[in-house]
Amino acid sequence: MAKANNIKKKDTHTISMLVANKPGVLVRVALVFARRGYNIDALVVSPSVNPRYSRMTITAKGDPDTLDQIIKQASKLIDMIHAEEHSDIDAVHCELALLKLKATAANKTVIAKLARKFHVRIVNESKEAVIIEQTGTTEELDEFEGLLKKHNIIEMVRSGKLVMAKGKEST
Amino acid sequence: MLKKSKTKTRKKPSPKKQMTGAEALVKCLENHGVEYIFGLSGGSVIPIFDVLVDSKIKLILVRHEQGATHMADGYARATGKPGVVLVTSGPGSTNTVTGIMTAHMDSVPMIVLTGQTISPMLGKDAFQEADIAGISMPVVKHSYLVKKTNDLPRILKEAFYITNTGRPGPVLIDLPKDITSGPFTGSLNQKMDIPGYSVPGKGNQKDILKIAQLFNASKKPLLLVGHGAAISKAENAVRALARKLKAPVVNTLLGKGVFPESSPLNLGMLGMHGTAYANKALINCDLICSIGSRWDDRINGNNNEFCIGAVKIHIDIDPAEIGKVVQPDAHVIGDARLVVEELVKHVEPKDTSKWLQEVGFYRKEFPLKYSNDKGLTAQKVIDELYQITKGSATIVTDVGQHQMWAAQFCLAERGDKWISSGGAGTMGFGFPAAIGAQFGKPKELVVAVCGDGGFQMTLSELATASIHKLPVKVIIIDNKYLGMVRQWQELFFDNRLSGVDLEGNPDFVKLAEAYGIKGVHIDKVEDVHKKLKAALAYKGPVVIHAEVIKEGNVFPMVPAGKSAHHIIIEPPTTQLEKPTGST
Ligand SMILES: Cc1ncc(C[n+]2csc(CCOP(=O)(O)OP(=O)(O)O)c2C)c(N)n1
Repeated sequence: MAKANNIKKKDTHTISMLVANKPGVLVRVALVFARRGYNIDALVVSPSVNPRYSRMTITAKGDPDTLDQIIKQASKLIDMIHAEEHSDIDAVHCELALLKLKATAANKTVIAKLARKFHVRIVNESKEAVIIEQTGTTEELDEFEGLLKKHNIIEMVRSGKLVMAKGKEST
Repeated sequence: MLKKSKTKTRKKPSPKKQMTGAEALVKCLENHGVEYIFGLSGGSVIPIFDVLVDSKIKLILVRHEQGATHMADGYARATGKPGVVLVTSGPGSTNTVTGIMTAHMDSVPMIVLTGQTISPMLGKDAFQEADIAGISMPVVKHSYLVKKTNDLPRILKEAFYITNTGRPGPVLIDLPKDITSGPFTGSLNQKMDIPGYSVPGKGNQKDILKIAQLFNASKKPLLLVGHGAAISKAENAVRALARKLKAPVVNTLLGKGVFPESSPLNLGMLGMHGTAYANKALINCDLICSIGSRWDDRINGNNNEFCIGAVKIHIDIDPAEIGKVVQPDAHVIGDARLVVEELVKHVEPKDTSKWLQEVGFYRKEFPLKYSNDKGLTAQKVIDELYQITKGSATIVTDVGQHQMWAAQFCLAERGDKWISSGGAGTMGFGFPAAIGAQFGKPKELVVAVCGDGGFQMTLSELATASIHKLPVKVIIIDNKYLGMVRQWQELFFDNRLSGVDLEGNPDFVKLAEAYGIKGVHIDKVEDVHKKLKAALAYKGPVVIHAEVIKEGNVFPMVPAGKSAHHIIIEPPTTQLEKPTGST
């Protein structure tokens, strides 16, 4: 996954897709992006309420005209129920991160303090490492990651953005 | 025309209680009205070929799987029904990729059935295993890897529906051998399950009314007719619209014939090798309405300079085409025939006499022309073909200079009378596609116009034409070069010829005769009419070998990447700069 802070914000797009739960769908969708030079930064595939369909949430960057073509071409896939771009205004969005930090006697208290301040959970502690779980907007995650940099991040996993349309609109 | 295969000597096996997957598959194909299967067998499809022995479907054995796909393609374009291909796994399946891509680029309905290794061996590099569903994914409308024998009827029903509705395109079905040889215990009548697929219909009424208003405000309207109009059988609707508006019509390479090219309102093909008058009309119109064309780069050249100042309207069944290349001022998403039928009701009759006068002037000033001063030209042969047939024959072309000359000189009166590989430009397409078209239209005259280069890519299908005594005629325009490439090298690369000389060409008449096909040789201007007429009237297949001057060039020409303003009408006397356009 590309570092979120390298991305020019206006070129980053979040697309939500509802697809038939069939093998090969992911490849077909990925081909539509790859063919047009779009870099997928994050991709979440998950079940939807209806077991016949899956949800794909894709974060990708590139110019808006190409994205328009990508959404239209992806919409033509037989297994695509619908595909739509969501802005931060019309949809709720969040992301989850797991961060593994090197634990030393000195930094454990600092980490615990930061965790409380940012409302994140310490989900695992051992002699050598601490694992933190954080849920929030992409921006919150980026900010927290930045603060922790000096505390020796050993590993990081981020889920990629999840979105859900606000109100009655379907995602 | 068609003999039942001689191999049918084996006795029918005693009736089995249970159907196999292969039997269910063939039953479904029969139920979907399949007349012909174009194919070549191999280990993984033997169970299917076995069932075909007892089927009413006629199996056309090809000599190379690429030929099967182009035959199915030609059959589909000639009849409007999907062509069906059946090949074995591995190399059999990969040999179909060019033909699938060709059909995909030109929106042709086709069902490609590929054998596959048995399911438990998938992904284990089994003998002749190829991930054909993966390989073909970017060039199919949809594809299936069948997992359960009992799913076959649903999958076939979906495939036949998908391939020939909306914007048509090829559908591939990969059939593991255990699926086709295993027992079928399901129902042959199953429901489709494709909730994500919908077919645009008559279009939004508001959009149509907006377009009608734009037409009503226009003084110099131009209709641009593409393959989509032919596919939706919009011939009558387009004619009604053009006549009511008194608007001139230009067509793309694949839109030929939707509006009769012999009509005074028709300006022929536009674009890179289109007529000068079509391109002049394009530059000078105040409104252009594309009906089922995708503003391909061979037409618009440079979309930053395309019809600046003219109102652009786009009618297309594929939403992804709207704004893809040219941003229209108004558009309708729907079936070309239904949309235009509705549109006709809302446009007002126009007085376009001034505009027609202007266009008529271009036609007079810049006619298509050629001379035989230096010997027999390809244009002469192709023009004579048209003079003899006058639009009655189905003309199928290969790709290259001869294709462009055929487009210029063989005027088409109906959409299904002109078959050519447009989007893909696939050399080797013409001859097998003509065979497929001839199977689809057994009583009509079908003529393939090929280059000496392209013909040699799929010439092994001479055997197929010979065995079935197909009356198909092949004209080989032999300029002893990969002519179209030679032309570019001459015009843009200082005539430094590289890899275009076809020395080593066979004697095409003898070649035909070796397959038991009549061969005719033409190399003199004065012989063309007589020999061509006799050859076209001959009952069986004929190969007409036309030796023409080697260095003919196709004009007019709009260099790739340039707008129609830069059209070259006469052979240039100075070196041209290298084109910037795609190919
Ligand atoms: C399969 C394939 N390979 C290469 C090309 C590139 N190409 C386009 S036209 C052409 C020359 C065709 O030569 P020929 O068949 O002799 O026809 P001519 O142009 O001389 O009429 C070539 C090589 C192509 N279109 N298709």
